[in-house]
Amino acid sequence: MSRIVGIDLGTTNSLVAYMKDGKPCVVPGRSGRTMVPSVVAMTDNGLIVGDPAKDHLTRSPDRTVYSVKRFMGKGLADVQNELAYFPYALTEKGGVIRIQLGAKTYSPPQISAMILKELKQRVEAHLGESITKAVITVPAYFNDSQRQATKDAGLIAGLEVLRIVNEPTAASLAYGLQEKTQGTIAVYDFGGGTFDISLLKLKNGIFEVLATNGDTHLGGDDLDRRIADLFLDEIKTEHHLDLSAFPDHMQAVRLEAERAKVRLSDELRTQVTIDLPDGKGRYTRELTRDQLDASVMDIIERTLAPCRMALNDAGLTPADIDEVVLVGGSTRMPLVRQRVRELFGKQPHCDLNPDEVVALGAAVQADILSGGTTDLLLLDVTPLSLGIETMGGVMSSLIRRNTTIPASAKEMFTTYVDGQTGVDIHILQGERELAQDNRSLARFRLKMPPLPAGVPRIEVTFLIDANGILNVKASDMRTGQSQSVEVKPSYGLSDNEVERMIEDSFKFAQEDVTARKLIEARLDAGALLTTTEKSLSEGSRLITPDAIVAIRAAVAALTTTKDGTDPKAIRARMADLEQAAQPLSAAMINDSLKRSLQGKKVTEVT
Amino acid sequence: MAHHTHTSGSRDLQMARSMCWHCQSEVSGEYFCDRCVKVQPVSKETDYFTCFGLPRRLTVDQSKLEAKFYELSRAFHPDFYQNKSEAEQTISLGNAATLNTAYRTLRDPIQRAEYLLDLEAGSVKEIRTSPPSDLFEEILELQDTLEAYRASESASEAGRTLRAQLVAEQAALEGRKHEMEQQLQRLFTGWDALQDRGDAAAQARAERDRLLKQMRDLLSNRTYVKNIVTDLVATIG
Repeated sequence: MSRIVGIDLGTTNSLVAYMKDGKPCVVPGRSGRTMVPSVVAMTDNGLIVGDPAKDHLTRSPDRTVYSVKRFMGKGLADVQNELAYFPYALTEKGGVIRIQLGAKTYSPPQISAMILKELKQRVEAHLGESITKAVITVPAYFNDSQRQATKDAGLIAGLEVLRIVNEPTAASLAYGLQEKTQGTIAVYDFGGGTFDISLLKLKNGIFEVLATNGDTHLGGDDLDRRIADLFLDEIKTEHHLDLSAFPDHMQAVRLEAERAKVRLSDELRTQVTIDLPDGKGRYTRELTRDQLDASVMDIIERTLAPCRMALNDAGLTPADIDEVVLVGGSTRMPLVRQRVRELFGKQPHCDLNPDEVVALGAAVQADILSGGTTDLLLLDVTPLSLGIETMGGVMSSLIRRNTTIPASAKEMFTTYVDGQTGVDIHILQGERELAQDNRSLARFRLKMPPLPAGVPRIEVTFLIDANGILNVKASDMRTGQSQSVEVKPSYGLSDNEVERMIEDSFKFAQEDVTARKLIEARLDAGALLTTTEKSLSEGSRLITPDAIVAIRAAVAALTTTKDGTDPKAIRARMADLEQAAQPLSAAMINDSLKRSLQGKKVTEVT
Repeated sequence: MAHHTHTSGSRDLQMARSMCWHCQSEVSGEYFCDRCVKVQPVSKETDYFTCFGLPRRLTVDQSKLEAKFYELSRAFHPDFYQNKSEAEQTISLGNAATLNTAYRTLRDPIQRAEYLLDLEAGSVKEIRTSPPSDLFEEILELQDTLEAYRASESASEAGRTLRAQLVAEQAALEGRKHEMEQQLQRLFTGWDALQDRGDAAAQARAERDRLLKQMRDLLSNRTYVKNIVTDLVATIG
């Protein structure tokens, strides 16, 4: 069986990991960093992803997408109150958000697929083999549409998604594997855009989730916004400047807010500096940890209610929890740790890197699926109740939240009118009484044989698989015939659309490769120019003036070409420069050899 | 089963329990074919007690139940069928879903009793629409207080008084529910003892019917009270 990798597709950062000699490890990129920023930028030379795209956040904010995870499986109405925060344009088609980038629009799964492709290429380069199968993690509290959207993203990226795993449970796998823990644990997962709490019982290699709860719209992003708003208000009063008219400066404020927040996890006070537009100078202030804590306190409090609900659902009290594990970058905040400690009455664990632990767990789950690990088994639950709309717009629950998956429920349907040929079924997810207050998942029409009212008996099976994704089957109990059910998702791409996006993704793969080659060539050229300058300043006395002139000329040529768009030309000028600098490097090696040999006897040299 | 034509339809898989869906040999093992070692679908006719290898009793050894659940989860979970045929993956998914339902039902004493009563004497799930006779007055009064509370300003003096009344009522009803559960527990023990005796005499049959009726009434009353408490909690928060 071909290798399966584990992917943490995060709001802010994404990682890929695999199993190496029975231990999970994350794959580093060229720079040695393991995290790929979940940022996609549309440049004049095509799409770029990750660190280089992050540079474009302030350079071309309207064409640089970040936090796309917040839009997965959503319609425009779902994010109405935060549209102002995003500098790129959002529209909607077929219940799915579309992001405008240049002349084209992209669905959130397509943008996510670009991040997944970057990870795919990264692990392929690292392992020297083609990767086509993956386990991808999602917040435990993700609903069916959000999970389906994540699966679609995998497909578009050319990955078969063998399993969607919940992030906190993946983290528990990584912890459990490392420490052979037994007992009841709470995983508090506070990431860039989402919050989850999961309570698990660990016993003899079985990881049984007892309850999960969360908020898929609560994370570090919200903390950053709060701090950014603080800065923006002050800029408005002190400098009489409304930055909302300057998307690039808005992004700079957001990024500075994030950096200040991160610094205040280690320091008690920090200096904030933001350049203002139109020659208005700079905005500077000191931000203390106490000020930060006071301004975000209510956001952090919002994570505690889901914790209490999960405890209640599991029939546990904080005293029943043996260990608390922290996951996600936002748990680095001292205030978060303090509140978690106060709630559970014990010091939380954070032995594993909270940024990497989810990816590590995904790699463990991937290994279980490929048959490598056989002693561990994850028994997860569905986070939200599943039901159908009944008479009077009320939701009738079929599978309760926190039911172990796979889970199934059967429901018998019949007709009310003679000769009726169909029944419309509306599937919902959520905990509210009324259908309209819950999430609409899908609708379908159940075909009925034209018979007197009440005679047809069609049994519908609702099955939530191990990915937490719903499958619907119907069969006629009178004839035993199964019936195909065409479910129309309320907030998802149709199969045809996903199909087309996969094709598009292959078509544009070529353009993407060109863009990537250009970026890499530019990076390498930059590095070469830096080292050459350094060598020139240190060793120009060792070579002839002609040689120096030749090097200067090659440097000038490369500097010009580097700003062009042809990676081949850049590589050619790099080769020229390397050749011109050859006498210089040779002379410098000779010189250092000579100096190291000075004072030594001839016998020692030979 | 000889007359049964074999196809790969899932319905046939369910029915051909005694014959391996794959190699057509007789299946005598519990969930796996002895000959080809393929997983077999859990039959629709297998009750949850049989599925867990437990006697049909109302008192269950929780640790045994959990151990068996974990053992069967390892046998059926789709994680372990990733490299198997599509037919086996479908069976694994169905079996795991059935197993999870069975465990959830047997783990909870109330659900377990409702399930056993269902097996013994037909469904008890019909929802009561009127309060149990001994609670009739109390519930009517509670409904009035609830109405008044919903209509009142929560910050006002009257609102606070009504709220205090409702909180007291909630405690009383929860106490009532707890009493019912203890009473049920005694009936469960009585039922199990009767089953253990295996007595088929007319007197034992009468005893059996009496216990069934009492349990059924009590379970139904308990559900009614439980729903009232849920409403109450939702209103006063």
